[in-house]
Amino acid sequence: MEVGKVKRVAGPLVQATGLKASMYDLVLVGEEGLMSEVIGISGNKHIIQVYEDTGGVRPGEPVKETGAPLVAQLGPGILTQIYDGIQRPLPKLAEMSGDFISRGLFVDGIDHKKKWEFKPVVKKGDVVKPGQAIGEVQEQLLIKHKIMVPPKMKGGAIKEIYSGNFNVDETVAVLEDGTKLTMVHKWPVRQARPVTEKLAPTIPLRTGQRVVDGFFSLAKGGTAAIPGGFGTGKTVMQQTLSKWADVDIVIYVGCGERGNEMADLLHEFPELQDPRTGRPLMERSIVYANTSNMPVAAREASIYTGMTTAEYYRDMGYDCLMTADSTSRWAEAMREMGSRLEEMPGEEGYPAYLGARLADFYERAGRAEVLNGGQGSVSIVGAVSPAGGDFTEPVTQNTLRMVKVFWALDSKLTQRRHFPSINWLDSYSLYDQILEPWFVENVSPNWNKNKRRAMAILQENAELEEIVMLVGSDALPEDQQVTLEVARMIINFWLAQSAFHPVDTFSPYKKQFDLLEAILKYRDLAFDAVQRGIPVSAITSVPSKDALAKVRLEAEYEPILAKVMAQMEAEFKALK
Amino acid sequence: MTKEYKTITEISGPLIFVEKTEPVGYMELVEIRTGGDLKRGQVLDSSDEIVVIQVFEGTGGLSKDSAVSFTGDVIKMPLSPGIVGRVLSGSGKPRDGGPEIVPEVLRDIAGAAINPASREKPRSFIQTGISTIDGTNTLVRGQKLPIFSGAGLPHNDLALQIARQAKALGESEPFAVIFCAMGITNEEAQHFLADFERTGALERAVVFLNLADDPAVERILTPRLGLTTAEYLAFDLDMHVLIIYTDMTNYCESLRQMGAAREEVPGRRGYPGYMYTDLAIQYERAGIIKGRKGSITQFPILTMPGDDITHPIPDLSGYITEGQILISRELHRKGIYPPVDIRPSLSRLMNSGIGKGHTREDHRAVSDQLYAYYAEGNDLRGLAAIVGKEALSERDKLVLEFADKFEKRFVNQGRDEDRSIFETLQIGWDLLADLPEAMLTRIDDKYIKAYHPKYASTAKK
Repeated sequence: MEVGKVKRVAGPLVQATGLKASMYDLVLVGEEGLMSEVIGISGNKHIIQVYEDTGGVRPGEPVKETGAPLVAQLGPGILTQIYDGIQRPLPKLAEMSGDFISRGLFVDGIDHKKKWEFKPVVKKGDVVKPGQAIGEVQEQLLIKHKIMVPPKMKGGAIKEIYSGNFNVDETVAVLEDGTKLTMVHKWPVRQARPVTEKLAPTIPLRTGQRVVDGFFSLAKGGTAAIPGGFGTGKTVMQQTLSKWADVDIVIYVGCGERGNEMADLLHEFPELQDPRTGRPLMERSIVYANTSNMPVAAREASIYTGMTTAEYYRDMGYDCLMTADSTSRWAEAMREMGSRLEEMPGEEGYPAYLGARLADFYERAGRAEVLNGGQGSVSIVGAVSPAGGDFTEPVTQNTLRMVKVFWALDSKLTQRRHFPSINWLDSYSLYDQILEPWFVENVSPNWNKNKRRAMAILQENAELEEIVMLVGSDALPEDQQVTLEVARMIINFWLAQSAFHPVDTFSPYKKQFDLLEAILKYRDLAFDAVQRGIPVSAITSVPSKDALAKVRLEAEYEPILAKVMAQMEAEFKALK
Repeated sequence: MTKEYKTITEISGPLIFVEKTEPVGYMELVEIRTGGDLKRGQVLDSSDEIVVIQVFEGTGGLSKDSAVSFTGDVIKMPLSPGIVGRVLSGSGKPRDGGPEIVPEVLRDIAGAAINPASREKPRSFIQTGISTIDGTNTLVRGQKLPIFSGAGLPHNDLALQIARQAKALGESEPFAVIFCAMGITNEEAQHFLADFERTGALERAVVFLNLADDPAVERILTPRLGLTTAEYLAFDLDMHVLIIYTDMTNYCESLRQMGAAREEVPGRRGYPGYMYTDLAIQYERAGIIKGRKGSITQFPILTMPGDDITHPIPDLSGYITEGQILISRELHRKGIYPPVDIRPSLSRLMNSGIGKGHTREDHRAVSDQLYAYYAEGNDLRGLAAIVGKEALSERDKLVLEFADKFEKRFVNQGRDEDRSIFETLQIGWDLLADLPEAMLTRIDDKYIKAYHPKYASTAKK
């Protein structure tokens, strides 16, 4: 390995000479050995971005090569970890350097001393292919970690295979050609892991959020963007999704976000129960916390590191959800590095390759048949923080070209404390059609029909509201006044959902459907009453309507809903 | 021992370029002597051939003959318990005629990032005595909550009132206050100092003053010095620290000025592309660390140019801070103090600091309900202006009246009025009681039964 010399230091960017490293190779800068990555080569100079603070680094200090790009360590022990952007466990860093992060620390991404019980699933003489599982480890109570032949290895017949307790560096199998297999392998984070075949996204990803599942549903293996100005609820939305989504593994990448928010998440996840298993949510989570004040280059890397671990668990056949909060900070990290490199800027100072990088990232999502056989998926939910809340800015626009679901957060709704503040007119989901058969089979044949009816009412409501702004609601014909009332009910009783209410925070498909069906039932009864000449004020003041508002707050809602609906029918019958 | 170089090749704005040096560390502290004057600077770019230095006290008076020496160390702040009660300049020199700080420790002012895994979740309610904050945008210890304001609005009065009244429920120990002035006028600074003296707050305060006529580059140091001091008081001396800095807009202007001098590729509106990271490094130094007693709570004040919340300074700040308190010109014109518009205001950490065991169980529901009808009432004002109040439905009329009363009774309060959280909630309930009970859709029935004035009064009988 060559040792070069620092020529120039300016911020996180260092120029060095005397190196032979390739692009994206990891190098160690200075006496302290700061983790860094080669991001440009020009003449005899290497341009290097440093993942740590460069204060005090001088020209003339050494730069050491490592001969490999930035990799993630993949093996048992990743779950429950809290990493920085380059897969260093933060609690380990705290042990080594105290409450403030110091520089030049090296920590393995997983514990190499811990013993795991390895159970082989193939036997001597079996021929294994790359990506195929050779054994299993019970990583968490409910998560089996499959030990696979690394995808880049050749595979072959098994000569020896052991069972028992090993640490990740010990050999658990030997192939015919003498290759020793351990439980850990390294994978370059900027490279997508291979699959056999990508599959169509035909299964919805249940989130328990009515506006999401009911109106703008995400598919397993799908991609969604949540753009919104500050304070519109992106982070709460992402955390809610991480809590409730019906996936096996959650990868939460806090990329350039707030330290206190990460503290909140790290405090909550171990205490939160997984609604399906009753086990702590943390047992199936991996958190990357590269807060905004941590080095900007590591922020850029965190997205790739997170993605690589997500793909690794997908390869075992799990459904994974990766949430990135926020991709704008990631794009800004690119911009910051670009401007220090004195690259010719594209739109708003972002590098010209912004779109390509975003595309590369979102394309790594998907449902797939994995090399081991079986299926797995990686779904991505990326928060976007548009400057000034303006959706025409480059990061939002480039993201929208890639993602299939768009949850537009609306500051007007936030100001009214309507949460989740997803605007029902601007948002969309392109998985609408492809998911319909699933809903028809598993919930109700009327799933999409009711959705369309409700949306039509909201659309009409938006048009009517413009007229109301001019003439007042009393001037409208009676049926339109009822439409306004029904729209108000859909918005307040159904779309609004409190993330902090113990029951309301999660709404199963059946409940979502029943509640919407009940509101539409009210609409039919109300229109019928209008036909009978009953005044609007009487229609909108039936007591059962107010009772319906609170059904969503009940866990055992079915008998209550039935009672409310019976009462409603009786009340409408009694109207004269 | 340190070599002196007289090899300045270029002086440009706040920057000097020095040639042919020994290897110099990035961010190293530099001393420049000219005549009898000593100026300090910092290395921004270090290479074999040339070193670029930003000079904090301005480059006025420097020439190619000035002597430059590199200290071999980054900038450090001298700290000791005696710093409390002192008034210092924007670069940390005594300004009150007192002696230099005799350091017990020296701390790097750049400050390392707090390990997210070592952070304690902030959840201790701070009572500021101001209804629009306590009731609807609750502040907790360790939070960073900026005040977004405009020129000519009473943000300073609000900041002072908060500094005066802030306390944790059930604790009498007041906060230590660190006040960093960046580019504010002498008059404003006097106003702050006079209030600190009047209330005796100066005894538990550290003041950093960089006034409008002090060098702009110095402003880049001021918050870093203040925050380094805050970390020392909070994490070494176990104090609860409240740090107020005003005005962040001036700080960002200095950043832009430096960026332009260095001929960097500018980002939005000419501000440097790294402004988000730079602001984050300041704001993120708020918080609480597991196992340590103290805390740092930040109140940055920034005036939005042209009252524009989408301007890069409030925009980037809003993305980093845990909410914002918005001062409204409209409410100010109506004569309401503090003119806080709660609709765009937000406290992200509110939820962990309210409810049972913190304030009261009905807090969240009351706050949401107040928000909902105040926002709706505001929308209805537009409608009422067009069609007239009479054309509104009965329900709409009630909501409209609610919004007016909300501003007069809930938002409006005296400059020395210190309302307890229970008084604030009571005002909220009194206002909601004027609406029919069926309209309180966001409040659980059990809270209505427990706290609605109607039931509370029958219960008493």
